[in-house]
Amino acid sequence: MKKSDKQQKYKEVAYYPGCALEGSGHAYNRSTKALGEKLGLKLKEVDNWNCCGAMEVKNIDPKIQTYLSSRVMSTAANKMNMDVVMAPCNGCYHNLKKAEYDLENDEKSREVVDRLSKKAGHDTYQAGQVETIHALDWVKDSIGEEGLKERVKNSLEGIKIANYYGCMYTRPRHIFPEKDAGPGSESTSKPHFMDDLLEAAGADNVEFPLKTACCGGAHTLSDSDTSTKLVTNILRAAEAAGAEVIATECPTCHSGLEMHQIRAEKTLGIKTNVKIIYFTQLLGMALGLKPKKVGLHENVSDSFDFVKKKGLA
Amino acid sequence: MPIHEKSLIRPENLKVQENIEVEGIDVSGHWSTFIESRVVTDYNEALEEEIAALPGGEFIHRCWQCGSCTNSCTVNALDADFNPRYWIYLIRMGMESELLRDKDIIWQCVSCNKCTYACPRDVVPEGVMKATAHWLELKGHTPKSHSTIFDEIFSEQVIETGKIEDGRTIRRFFKQTGQALRQPWLEEMVKRLLRNLPIGMLTRMGLANFITPRTSGWSGARDAIKEYVAEQEQHHRKVLGLDDLVKAAENEL
Ligand code: SF4
Ligand code: SF4
Ligand code: SF4
Ligand code: SF4
Repeated sequence: MKKSDKQQKYKEVAYYPGCALEGSGHAYNRSTKALGEKLGLKLKEVDNWNCCGAMEVKNIDPKIQTYLSSRVMSTAANKMNMDVVMAPCNGCYHNLKKAEYDLENDEKSREVVDRLSKKAGHDTYQAGQVETIHALDWVKDSIGEEGLKERVKNSLEGIKIANYYGCMYTRPRHIFPEKDAGPGSESTSKPHFMDDLLEAAGADNVEFPLKTACCGGAHTLSDSDTSTKLVTNILRAAEAAGAEVIATECPTCHSGLEMHQIRAEKTLGIKTNVKIIYFTQLLGMALGLKPKKVGLHENVSDSFDFVKKKGLA
Repeated sequence: MPIHEKSLIRPENLKVQENIEVEGIDVSGHWSTFIESRVVTDYNEALEEEIAALPGGEFIHRCWQCGSCTNSCTVNALDADFNPRYWIYLIRMGMESELLRDKDIIWQCVSCNKCTYACPRDVVPEGVMKATAHWLELKGHTPKSHSTIFDEIFSEQVIETGKIEDGRTIRRFFKQTGQALRQPWLEEMVKRLLRNLPIGMLTRMGLANFITPRTSGWSGARDAIKEYVAEQEQHHRKVLGLDDLVKAAENEL
C-alpha cells in the first residue's frame, strides 16, 4: 500500500481496546483516545467486543483463541463495515494477527472458526476482511514524523528514553508479513517505530539492547520470581544505557514493569528509579495535553514531578 | 551458564572406591573413579505421538537438533537446566524417564517465542513446551502448575462472560493457589496508586471491582466454545490412553 493511501485509511479505524485497557491499563486507553482526538484521528470502538484470549486461552486450546479474535474482526468487518482494526495492546494485536495468519493458511482453523461462528450466530470472519494494526502503525502512518514535528508544543528535548517493545509486537515473525519488508517497514529484530515517533517529538532515545526482551508477562503471577528477575534486567539495562524513562506500548508490558519494579525493591532489595510511561502519554504531553488528560495519575510509576521538571506540565 | 561450566556427569553415577588396593598399591578415592554408564530400558515409543497430539506439539517431528531454541531461550538464561532442544530430543527418542527428571521446570516457559523466532525448521518449540507441560499434568506426573491454574481461571471467565476483569482473576488465583492476597509488594503497589488516584478510580481499574464486565449476547458463543472444549478433551484422553489407564488402575484395586 502506498503511504498516502494509509494516511487516508487510518484516519478512521475500528478501535479494539481489549480488557486490560478497561482495567489496569486504563491510562493507556485514556491517552490513546486523547492523542487520537488531538491529532484528528477517529476511533470507532468495536461494538460489543470480547476478549481475544490474551496469553492464557491458547494454553487451553489455541483454536479457541483464534475464534475469539476472529469474532472481534468479524464484528468490525461485517457489522461496522470497517476495514482497519487498531489494537494498542501487544497481546490483542498479536492474537488478531495470529488469527489472521491461521485463517489464511490453516484449513482446520477455518473449519473450527466457521463452526463456532455459525453456532454463536454471527458471520464467520474471512481472512483479509480487515487489516489489524498496532497503535504505533496508526500514528506513524497517518501522521508520521513530519506531521508530529509540526504539531509539537512541548518538545521532549533532553528526556532520555529507552524504547521497550516486549515480545508480542515482533514475535513470531511469520504472523507479521508486513514487517522486515524493506525501507520504511518495521523491523522484528530491532523495532524502531516508537523510537521514530518519540524522536520526532524531540526525545533523546538511548541505545537500548533489551527492546524486545521478555518481561515474563505470561507468568507474572504464577512464577513471580522469574518475572521479577527478567524485569530487573530490563530496568537496570535501561538505567545503564542512561535512560530516565522507559517508553511502553503495551498495557501488559507496562504493568509488568511497574509491578516488578516494586517487587524487586521489596523482595530483592534492588531499587531502580527509571520512570515507566506509555508512548501515547509522552506524545500527548508533547502535543500540549495536560498530564491528567493522558492519565499520568493512573500509572503506578509516579512521574508527576519528573514531567514538571522537564517542562511538560 | 556456559556449557563448559556445567557438569555433564551426574553425581549419583560417579563411583569412587573408598579402600582399594591393586597389586599392593593403594588406589583408593579418585584414583579409581569411574562413571557408571546410563542404561535406558524403558522407552515409551508413543511419547512423540502423544505430545504431537496435544495443541502446540504438532511440528515436533521437524526438529533437527540445531539448538537455536535453547540458545535464544529467555528461561535458559536464568536456569541452564531449562533446555528445549534436549527435551525435544528425549521426546523423539521416547526417553520418558530422562524427561521426567526435569518435570518440575518445563512449565516455566514464558511463551516469549524467541525460540520460534530462531527455529530454522518451524517446530514452534514454544508450543512443544506447552504441550509437554500439559502432557505431564494429564499423565499425572506433576500436579497442575500455577501457570495452568491461572490459565484455567482466566479462560473460564472469558468463556463464561466474554471478557476478563483483572482484579477478580487475581483474587481467585491467589485463593486457589493458597497464597495470601496481602503480599507486601502488592500492598505497596496499591499504596503508590493511591497517591494520585481517588478510591473511586481504583474501583474502576479492577482493584476492588464488584461488577463483572460482560459482552452482551455472549451466550451463543459461550455454548459453542464449551461444546468444542468438551470434544477436544475427549479426543486428548483417547490419544493419551487416559481412559485405559484409569480402567487399569480400577482393576488393580
Ligand atoms: S490481550 Fe489482554 S487486553 Fe488484549 S483483549 Fe486480550 S486480555 Fe484483553
Ligand atoms: S514483554 Fe512481557 S508483557 Fe510484553 S509481550 Fe512480552 S511477556 Fe508479554
Ligand atoms: S531451534 Fe528448532 S530445529 Fe533447532 S533444536 Fe530447536 S526446535 Fe529443533
Ligand atoms: S517461548 Fe519458552 S522455550 Fe521458547 S524461548 Fe521463550 S521461554 Fe524459552
